[in-house]
Amino acid sequence: MENSIISVRNLSKIYPSGLHALKNINLEIKRGEIFALLGPNGAGKTTLISTLCGIVNPGSGEALVDGLDIVRDYREARKRIGLVPQELSVAMFESVWATVAFSRGIFGKAPDATVIEQVLRDLSLWDKRSSKIMTLSGGMKRRVLIAKALAHEPQVLFLDEPTAGVDVELRRDMWQMIRRLRERGTTIILTTHYIDEAEEMADRIGVINKGEIMLVEDKDVLMQKLGKKQLTLQLQQPASALPPELSSYGLALSENGEQLVYTYDKDKEHGQIASLLRKLHELGIEFRDLHTTQSSLEDIFVNLVGEKA
Amino acid sequence: MNTYAIRAIYLFEMARTWRTWMQSIASPVLSTSLYFIVFGSAIGSRMVAIDGVGYAAFIVPGLIMLTVLTESTSNASFGIYMPKFSGTIYEILSAPISAIEIVLGYVGAAASKSIIIGIIILITARFFVDFTIMHPFWMIAFLVLTSITFSLFGFMIGIWADSFEKLQVFPMMIVAPLTFLGGSFYSINMLPPVWQTITLFNPVVYLVSGFRWSFYGVADVNVGLSLTMIAVFMLICLGIITWMFRTGYKVKV
Repeated sequence: MENSIISVRNLSKIYPSGLHALKNINLEIKRGEIFALLGPNGAGKTTLISTLCGIVNPGSGEALVDGLDIVRDYREARKRIGLVPQELSVAMFESVWATVAFSRGIFGKAPDATVIEQVLRDLSLWDKRSSKIMTLSGGMKRRVLIAKALAHEPQVLFLDEPTAGVDVELRRDMWQMIRRLRERGTTIILTTHYIDEAEEMADRIGVINKGEIMLVEDKDVLMQKLGKKQLTLQLQQPASALPPELSSYGLALSENGEQLVYTYDKDKEHGQIASLLRKLHELGIEFRDLHTTQSSLEDIFVNLVGEKA
Repeated sequence: MNTYAIRAIYLFEMARTWRTWMQSIASPVLSTSLYFIVFGSAIGSRMVAIDGVGYAAFIVPGLIMLTVLTESTSNASFGIYMPKFSGTIYEILSAPISAIEIVLGYVGAAASKSIIIGIIILITARFFVDFTIMHPFWMIAFLVLTSITFSLFGFMIGIWADSFEKLQVFPMMIVAPLTFLGGSFYSINMLPPVWQTITLFNPVVYLVSGFRWSFYGVADVNVGLSLTMIAVFMLICLGIITWMFRTGYKVKV
């Protein structure tokens, strides 16, 4: 597809242990988007990313990065990719500057101090450029990993569980940094099992479980399509039964008769609420309060993974 | 060819050498120098000359080989084992770099380091022992070829090893004994005939013999045979490493 930066077609992977880690994956990542790959532990998120980055050999099927096959044209394909791994794997005895410069080198780019300076400044690592990595905090080490992944100016950045084990503040920082990168045109693919992270960050969400992509959807559409929205009305006077005039709205009356719950119907959304409220007014049913609730991605996810498991 | 990548790996490995120069350069040079002091200056004067070469001078090429072989093996194996151990290998695997370039970077650096150590020891030995170098060109050629070959060997060990213990086994338990028994301290002509034959299965004999020939023009085995054996051993290592990369052996599934 024209505007896809990554195309995965019928990709499968069976590990020598017999584990079927990826089952016929088909996936298109659009240029410039933030894509969240969501799934429980062991779902195949890391295997998928590792395969695209060249760390794991693909079993069958193919994958293209910017139209380049990851096996046949691995050199050109990999130059376009940066990877931030899940584990804090960095050369402990090196300085920040040296390790970031090393990354730029092995990705085939000529040494360029201005690029490295820019990357370090963007990640608030400039002051630490001469520090040995072993002296840095966990959060700083994670920034170093991101700096390494960006040192060769990739078009696509993979972040494998970027905020696992990171404190709240750093997590916010990380999210901001990811947004800044996207503004500059970098496509971002992140894996996470924190649903709020996907909800907060992503343009599109893919749910993966047991090696299969279960759905890929725009976040907003997904929320709308699968998210249940309810309107709860606190009645002034408890009602003993639902008036027959309201039967067409599919209302539910709470046991004590104090609450009236309306579930939004995505098929005939238009005007339903207004018509319901008018009806209530006509019938003289007063309410003292009202609120709406929308199920979060978490509920959607649990539903989805639970159903098909 | 991704030359920037080769350069990056080479410089990274050399930086590791300079950072740990006490352990990686000073220590092997010092321990080899002790041999020169004990066997060369102290005991050497009481030993008979072998093949017309004074004993102190006779052991110089063998001692340089001993250090070059063990250092090449352990340094190259450590160089590739560490990224595996610490997890930083992910970056090498995900980089746009071929197997040949990885080997050139790591093995090139390990071999460079061995050559540097070999030359430092050679210069140090001159302070304690009087010796000459009859064929300087061949001396350098043997030093370079041996450093490269055993760095390839070490690289192979580093990929194979999955513990620090296994990493130590080869240089200490195999390379060092083979070198001691490979004619570093004696001429194999001094052995009983049966042992002479058995010794010929020790590849180090050919290296030490050829290297000593470049110093004094005397050798236990023909120089051409020495060179052939180095070439054969190098090809075996290259073959195994190629197979390792083809299959992803212990690095990539």
